[in-house]
Order: sequence, then structure tokens, then C-alpha cells
Amino acid sequence: MIPEYLAPFIWAVLYILLAPVIGGLIAGIDRKVTARMQGRVGPPLLQPFYDVAKLYEKENLVVTASQNFFVLSYLVFMAVAGALFFSGGDMLLVIFAFTLSHIFLVLGAYASYSPYSHIGAERELLQIVAYEPMIILTAVGMYMVTKSFFVSTIVTSNIPIILYLPGVFIGYLIVLTIKLRKSPFDLSTSHHAHQELVKGVTTDFGGPNLGKIEIAHWYEYVFLLGVVWLFFAWNPLLAIVAIIIAYFIEILIDNTFARVKWQMMLRSAWIIAGTLGLVNLGVLYYLRMVVP
Amino acid sequence: MLVGRKDSGRKAIIQVSAIAIGIVSLLVLLFGYNKGTLIFSVNSELVSQIMFFIELILAAFILYLGIRHRKSLTVILILAQACLLVFFEIRFSGNMHIDNNIFLDQFSIIMALIVGIIGSLICVYSVGYMETYHHHYKEIRDRRNLFFGILFIFLSAMFGLVFSNNLIWVFFFWEITTICSFLLIGYSQSEEATNNAFLALWMNLLGGVAFMAALIYLAIIDPTGQLLGLNYLISTGKAVALVPAVLICFAGITKAALMPFSSWLTGAMVAPTPVSALLHSSTMVKAGVYIIVRFAPVLSGTTEGLIIALIGGTTFALASFIAISQNNAKKVLAYSTIANLGLIVACAGVGTYNLMWVAILLIVFHAIAKSLLFLCVGTVENRIGSRNIEDMGGLIVRMPKIAIMMFIGMAGMFLAPFGMVISKWAAIEAFITAPFGLIFIAILAFGGSATVFFWSKWMGKIISVMREQTVIEDTVKKEKWAVLYILTGLVVTVCLIFPLISSILIEPFVLNIYGQTTRLAQANLSIMLMMLCLLMIMPFSMLFYRKSTKYAPPYMAGRPVEGHMRFAGSMGVSRELVLSNYYMTSLFGEERLFMVGASLCWALLLFAGILLVGVIL
Amino acid sequence: MTYLKKSPWLLHYDASSCNGCDIEVLAALTPLYDVERFGIINTGNPKHADIFLVTGGVNVQNKQVLINTYEQIPEPKVVIAIGICATSGGIYRECYNILGGIDKIIPVDVYVPGCAARPESIIDGVVTALGILEQKRLAMKTKTQTKMVKVGDAR
Repeated sequence: MIPEYLAPFIWAVLYILLAPVIGGLIAGIDRKVTARMQGRVGPPLLQPFYDVAKLYEKENLVVTASQNFFVLSYLVFMAVAGALFFSGGDMLLVIFAFTLSHIFLVLGAYASYSPYSHIGAERELLQIVAYEPMIILTAVGMYMVTKSFFVSTIVTSNIPIILYLPGVFIGYLIVLTIKLRKSPFDLSTSHHAHQELVKGVTTDFGGPNLGKIEIAHWYEYVFLLGVVWLFFAWNPLLAIVAIIIAYFIEILIDNTFARVKWQMMLRSAWIIAGTLGLVNLGVLYYLRMVVP
Repeated sequence: MLVGRKDSGRKAIIQVSAIAIGIVSLLVLLFGYNKGTLIFSVNSELVSQIMFFIELILAAFILYLGIRHRKSLTVILILAQACLLVFFEIRFSGNMHIDNNIFLDQFSIIMALIVGIIGSLICVYSVGYMETYHHHYKEIRDRRNLFFGILFIFLSAMFGLVFSNNLIWVFFFWEITTICSFLLIGYSQSEEATNNAFLALWMNLLGGVAFMAALIYLAIIDPTGQLLGLNYLISTGKAVALVPAVLICFAGITKAALMPFSSWLTGAMVAPTPVSALLHSSTMVKAGVYIIVRFAPVLSGTTEGLIIALIGGTTFALASFIAISQNNAKKVLAYSTIANLGLIVACAGVGTYNLMWVAILLIVFHAIAKSLLFLCVGTVENRIGSRNIEDMGGLIVRMPKIAIMMFIGMAGMFLAPFGMVISKWAAIEAFITAPFGLIFIAILAFGGSATVFFWSKWMGKIISVMREQTVIEDTVKKEKWAVLYILTGLVVTVCLIFPLISSILIEPFVLNIYGQTTRLAQANLSIMLMMLCLLMIMPFSMLFYRKSTKYAPPYMAGRPVEGHMRFAGSMGVSRELVLSNYYMTSLFGEERLFMVGASLCWALLLFAGILLVGVIL
Repeated sequence: MTYLKKSPWLLHYDASSCNGCDIEVLAALTPLYDVERFGIINTGNPKHADIFLVTGGVNVQNKQVLINTYEQIPEPKVVIAIGICATSGGIYRECYNILGGIDKIIPVDVYVPGCAARPESIIDGVVTALGILEQKRLAMKTKTQTKMVKVGDAR
């Protein structure tokens, strides 16, 4: 058997190697399901991989040289953060590492002086502001139930976390819409075939840089769905079902709702998600205090 | 200093003294770090008499100025304070014999290091800065000898403050810092500066009155003056120490410019930048939180402590929000300072052992990063003549080295794996086990994301190059460069070695007081170190792309863009593209949110006051 | 084998078209023809595009825009002129402001004549362009010239 101290490293390496594949497949399934919902046939399942391969065949066109650095950092830190999560690290550190990588994307968008990428960058920052409190509350909620911030502990615990954190879960799903860049919250940049501010944050990235951003998104998908898994960690089968249902709901929401303004996004994320999360945690807190 | 007039002589004196101060601080560190708490006795009679006289003279001076400028609030408060002081002296000090006047423990060492190293660096910087300052603002009277004299008096007062065990002495040094701040804010003698100076003065005097009241209370309880020894007071426990603790914490709140007293700090930004860097971010306001953190063991678990923590927390959240709507660089820094001070007080008010650890860590990280940012902003302002963030576009081309240092400073304020994030992380982990911690976690989560927003906005502005620009950096003076490099190096180094600082200085201190201590898990530390190294290597990746990169103009819907971001608009008119950040003043406006914060905090203060009266009676 | 064939992204620009050809282009993108099943996506951003679809002739005002947009598309790229106006100026050829077909300004690889060009022709043109794209990609690797191709009969 594998010695225990090596397990985190193995998980991390597996994540770094496999997450793009899994993430790309998820993206492909996303496009196929979306197409079927719209009454079309849709692209082949492996289409995202073809897209990225094609992007790497293009020349590296940038506005300023620093964009290369920012996008590479975005990808690298995204991978690092996800690897940290899957190797069982501290959830708060994972969240902060993710914020770091997103800031690099924002800076890359700021670096070119196009009005589209500039406003896209502002909106991306607003999105970060919108979802970050909820994600922190999710981590805090996990701690309150399992007494640990470490993913390794949360994953192996036998407590049905979802039963204790229903409000937090719904709040997380709301901000998941923001993080997955789905309507109604796809303000800063949108998926293929949708445009927002031309392409928002990713407007001035072409060729390999865009490919890297796409791969970074795939890493992110795997992480985000991993958090959903945590809510159901005590029963892996249920977790897989939950992930599938949650993602399907996201696709459904994407296809039915129109994009909203940033004020609405900020309000929904902070007020609705925040209230749900806080009330949930407050109830837990109170119960813990009263019922030991 | 005060008498020397020649420039070159002054410069030399300053540099030598600054280096001396820095070295002495380090020596103190080396001497005291493993010795626990050391207490020294100094014959206090003569010193106290001298202090009393100086205080009276200063009171008279302020009274005169207050009357001359017709600031009634100042006059009332200084009269009140002076009366209390005289009352105290006459009634009580005759019977007092306080022996343990000076002490040295790890927390004092940390503060002394901050004051000694950062303070002296800033003094060196201000030599060059003031020259340019007077060059630009020829209408301001050149009182530089006074300026530097006061700076050094201030540094001495800070040292006195952190090393004093005798609360009367602490009060004396406290008042000296108030006056230094007053004089330095009003340096330019413009009307705005004078008004802001008096604003700072009366708010700090309000705190001074509370401090005095605490001293009198202590003297009434114990006429022998034993309780005036700080370490003794804290160890006597809550029953006795709570009332003076709350009163002194009120003084701390006014000095640290928490809401509702935050307007003096934002107003103090009219002062020359070294003043802002030294007094209003790294040291003087740290004195305010220092005293609150000292009293944390007394406050922990009490309602008053919780109220003080809530004041801190509210300040953190609201000041972060307000900072989003500010485009004046110094005001953004001011609000960020206020916010972080609020966070430190929130940790201290709840006062569990791990929160105290977090509070001290926050003090260290914040002092370094913020002073770096202030100095950079000062240099930038001197070069480009504006404090507006919107004018700092393309700074990475115009002043590359300063821009990168600002970058590092800002990263140090909110990005992993730098200092402040470590502190915020530790704070969340600490609050979760504290009573009522959930409220503070919510405040941290929401306020923290606001900080991400305004720092990233600023970072983005610096790196967006909008038109061909020339490098204007070369005229910055040598001394400034040295200081800035050292501070930047410190930001990175402290982040790297903070586990060391923690184990040598902070943990023993906390252990001493609470009987238990905390630290970040080893695994996390290694990961953060790895991230920091990665972060430092990444910029070199730009070298790989030099050959394969092709350049294109930014996308402007096909409008041809010449180098200066001008495009051919309709009617054949050539227009320039102007992009600016979101400030969202309708949501995060200063007026509105300040009203909210001030009312909340006044309500909390009132509540605390009522409770206090209840305890006394 | 290049992946350009599997995932060609379009940029559609209306130079001075009467919008007839534009409507047909958009019709080609609708679920009825569903070009996304070939991996084709209509991006609005030149930096993300491979295929540049231009309708309408070039006039004095959009000459610069056309050049600017064309230059922002990373190599390898192909230009398809849709409709007879883009090919040669069409019925507006003699107008005072029309400079002619777009090949007066930028190099064109595929011409799809028609007024308006039908969606089937447009798809045909895109498929031909894909072949040229592949050639260009190989040429990029070896740095040789490629030829331009004309396609389609006017229906």
C-alpha cells in the first residue's frame, strides 16, 4: 500500500494531470446538453479539446508582453490551488490561492487598454467580491460540522454534512453560477457562442494564451464540483449523483435566465446567498451552544 | 535638530541618528528576546515632576492656540484634561510610590522594532521628500528644522510609550504623540491643514480625558498607586481592571481613528506623506491599538470587550467599503489603515489567546506594508503632481521600479501568500472558536472581499499602459531609493520569516499571558513558502515568450488606434480613449457609509458607557 | 492534421452590406443548419477568430476598420468574401464611396458570390476555407506561400 505521507502528493499529481481531461469532458458535456436543450445537435463531446489544440496552433498575439506572464500565473496558481484542495489541504488557504489566481487574470485583462477588457476586468472583480464571502462561509460551515478546515478530514468524515448545511449548500449553488460563468451571472466573460462585452475579460487574449485560460477553467470546474462532493462526502455514490444534478441545474439555469446587471448579481450573491449561509451557520452555532 | 539650519548638516545628522536608532532597536531585540518580561525600576519622583510640568506647559500652549484659532471644542477639552491632571497631581501623586516603571517584554520589543526600523527609514526618506515638497509648494513656509525635530521627538515618545509600565508615564508619552501629530498635520499652515490638525487634536484629547479619568479611578481605588503599573493591573484580573481598561481602550479607539472618530485620520492626509506614513499608519495609530491589545486579557469574555470588538469589526467592514469609492490614493490608504486597525481591535476585544496572536501579527505586517505604500505614493505624487489614482495609469512604464514596489506593497495587503492574508486566515480560524465569532467571520468575509476589489483596481490601473510615455523616474533621490528598497525587501522577508518571529517573540508573549499559545500548522507554512517562491519565479517566465510573441493593438471594435489611444470618432473628430475604474459612489459612498458606521459605533459606545456606569455603581 | 479544421472560429464583419448576406450568414448559424456541430463558433473578437467573413464592399470610412480588424486576427487566418458586393462591389460598384470588393484592401482567400449568398454556399465556402487554413498552417510551419481559390457558382 501507499505510505500515508505520500498520499497528498499523489493526489496533487493526479489532479494536475487528470483535471484538465475531466474538466474538458465536463465542458464538452455542457455544450452538448446545452445544444440539445436548444433543439440542436451540438458539437462532439471532445470539442473543447479540439478548441484548445487549435488555439495552440495559432500564433501568440498579445497587446503587451506582460499578458503572457499574467495568464501563465493564472494557470499555474489555479493548478496549485486545486492541487492543494485535492491533496487535502486547508480550505481557507485553497480559497485564498484561488483568489490569487483570479487576480492574475484580472491584471492580464487590465494590462491591455481595450475598453472591453477593462470593463470585463472590473466586472470580474465584482464577481470575486460577490462570491468570496459565500465561499468563506462554506469553508466555515464545513469547519463547524467537522471541526476541521482540512479537506482530508472533511472528506473522510462520516457526518452527513448536507443535512447540517442546507442553507450553505443553496448559497453555494448560487455563487457556483457566478463561478461557472453561467447566465444570469456571466457578466465578465461568457461561454462560447455567447458574447458579453465582446468577450469581456478574455477579449485581448489570443492563441495559446486563450488556450491556457480555457485549461485553467477546466481545473476550476473540477475544484468547484469537488466542493459539491464535500457536502455529500459520506456517501460517494450520492455525491456523484448530486454533482450531476447540480451541474444539470446550472446548465438549465444558464439556458433559461437572461443576464443581469452587476448590481443584481452583487445583491443576489451577498444578500440572498449571504443570508442563507449566515442563517444556516447561526442556527448551527446556536444549536452547538445550547446542545453540546 | 531644531537649531541646525543648514541642509547638508541636517541630512547627515538625520541619517546618522536614524541608523543609530535602527541599530539600537535591533540590539534591544537581541538583548531581550528570550528573557521573558523584564522590569526595571527607575526613580520616578523627579521624572514624574518633570512630566507634570511639561504637560502643563503643553496644555497652556494648546489652550493658547485653541483660543487663537477659535476652536471651542479644543479649548473645552484641554481645559477638562488639564483640570483632571492637576486634580490628579494634587490629590494623589503625593502618596504614590510606583517602582516598576519601565519594562521590556516581547510585545514591546516588536513595537520598538517597528518604530525603530520603520520609523528611522521614514525619517531618512523624508529628507529627500521634504526638499521636493518645498520645491513644489513654494508658498509653504520652510519650517523643516521644526519638522524633523518633531519627528524625532515623536520617535522618542513612541519608544517611551512601549517601554513604560507606569500608566502615568504612558499617558505622558501618549499626549506627546498627540501634540506631535497636531503640529505635523498643520505643517503647511493652510486653512484646511489647520482645521484638520485641530480635528485630530480634539478627538485625541477626548481620548486623553478618558485616559485621565481611568487614572483617577485607579488612584481612587488604590491610593498607593500599585495599580498604575500596567503589568500589575492586567494581572489583577477583570473585576478591578475592567473599568480603567474600557476607558483606556476608548482613548485607544480615538487614537486609532476607529469609527466614529475616523475623520481625523482621513483629514490628516493633507500632511506631507512621511507624516502620514509614520504617524498615521505605522506608529502612532499603532500606539492606540497597542494599548488595546495589552488590555485584551482583561477584555476577553466580557460584554464591554465584545462591544469594543464590534466597534472594531464595524469599522473594518465599513471602512473597506468606503475605500472602494475613493480615488484619492492617500485616502484609500487611510481608509485601508482604519479598516485594518479596526480588525486588530476586533481581535483584541474578543481577546482569546489565538486572537491575540493574530492581532500582533497583523500589527507587524500592516506596519511594514502600509508604510511602503505611503512612501511610494509620496514619491509618485512628487513626480506626477497628483494623488488621484486615475492619473497613475501606465505607471509601470513611467516609473517602473516604484510601480513594482507598489505592486509588492499592495500584494502584501491582500494577496496570498503575503502577510495580511495570513493574518486574515488566522483570524478566521481563531474567531471560529471564540464566542460570538460568527459575527466577526461574516464581517471579515464581506469586508475582506471589499479590500480585494479596491486593491486590484489600483493594481490594474498601474499596469495599464495607455499611451506612449516617458520614464520620469530618474530624478528620484538616492536616499529615497535606499529606503524603498529596504522596505520592499522587508515586506517579502517578513512574510518569509514570520514563523520565526512568531516562535521567538509572539508565542512566548501569548503563552506568558494566557498559558497557551498557537501557531499555523507546519504543512500550511511549507505550502505558503512554496507559493511565495513560485510567485517570485513567475515574472521570469516573460523571458520565454520574447521570440514567439507578436503584438497587436487592443480591440476597440476595429477603430484604428494610434499610439496615443486616439481613435477617429464620428464626424472625423479624433477622440482620446479614457478608461477609469468603478467607484460606485452610490453604493459605497463615503457620506452614506460613514453615517451608518458612525451611528452604529456611537450606539455601541453608548451601550458600553452605560454598562460601565453600571459596573462602577 | 491540424485542429483548425475541427474548431474554426468565425468573425463576421459587415463592411457596407445591405444586410442581406448578413442575414444569410446568421441563418447559417441557426439551429436549422447548426454549424456548431462542426465546432464553428461565431466570436465577435478578432483575436479569437480564424475565419474572417466579410460582407459588403469597402467604403472610405470602413477601410481602416477592415485593416485594423484583419491585423488583429492571429495567424493562420483566412478571409472569405461573402456576396457579390464583397467580391467586387456588386451593384454599388460605381458609387462614389465604394472602393470596390474587399480584395482591394485585404487579401481574400475564398469568394462566395451571390446576392444574397445562400447559407448552403456560405457553408461550402467555409469548408473550402478550412482546407486553405490547413495549408496555411503547414506553410506557417515551413514558411512558404499559398494560393488563393475561387469557389461557387452564382445561383
